[in-house]
Amino acid sequence: MAIEVRIPTILRTYTDGAKAVTGEGETLSALIENLEASHPGIADRLLDNGELRRFVNVYINDEDVRFIGGLEAKLSDGDQVVVLPAVAGG
Amino acid sequence: MLTIDRAIRDAIVAHAKRDHPDEACGIVAGPEGSDTPVRLVEMVNAAGSPTFYEFDSTELLALYKQMWDADEEPVIVYHSHTATEAYPSRTDIGLASEPGAHYVLVSTAEHGNNDGPVEFRSYRIVDGAVTEEEVRVLDPTNTDQNPATPRSND
Repeated sequence: MAIEVRIPTILRTYTDGAKAVTGEGETLSALIENLEASHPGIADRLLDNGELRRFVNVYINDEDVRFIGGLEAKLSDGDQVVVLPAVAGG
Repeated sequence: MLTIDRAIRDAIVAHAKRDHPDEACGIVAGPEGSDTPVRLVEMVNAAGSPTFYEFDSTELLALYKQMWDADEEPVIVYHSHTATEAYPSRTDIGLASEPGAHYVLVSTAEHGNNDGPVEFRSYRIVDGAVTEEEVRVLDPTNTDQNPATPRSND
């Protein structure tokens, strides 16, 4: 079970500069827990009170996870996950 | 300092005027590491608001995939303020997520959709700290490296 996770510039401080890392998990929630074990601190940048942060977009195979179950979205071996902070402001 | 071709600068201003009173937003991509804005991409403001902007999440992914495939990065992230000055708001600062980008702010507060000068300013926003920088506009007929004088009228 290997999931490739694409890391945005602003979170690469947690991955020693790596643009992509590998993790595992059967759901997005499990994957984030797994990433936190290898890259401490990263979960807090993705989650707020146990929910996905409003201004962090996560995609599984190009689908915004908000439309496919959020943190409970299912993952399979070989899936590609992309994390992209929202480009937003006031 | 931000160095930008006049044609791209003028296109950003035109986008801001066209979308007024809603905020306009977009990026200018350039080759990775070049610090040179080349390819203007106007984005839809999914918030459709005079006080907020947000790229649509699906379009955001498509844009980043294009840039990754082309070895580009967002050299400029721009948006307009339609009622206030061209200075990053607290929300802008809190949500800024491209520490390598020039954040360009355009204010259409004075002339709205009409002709007339606009504020066009550029900033670095890193870890909540805002630093304004000089904007150098390059004219196609004037390729020397002298700073261009801002025009009084667009």
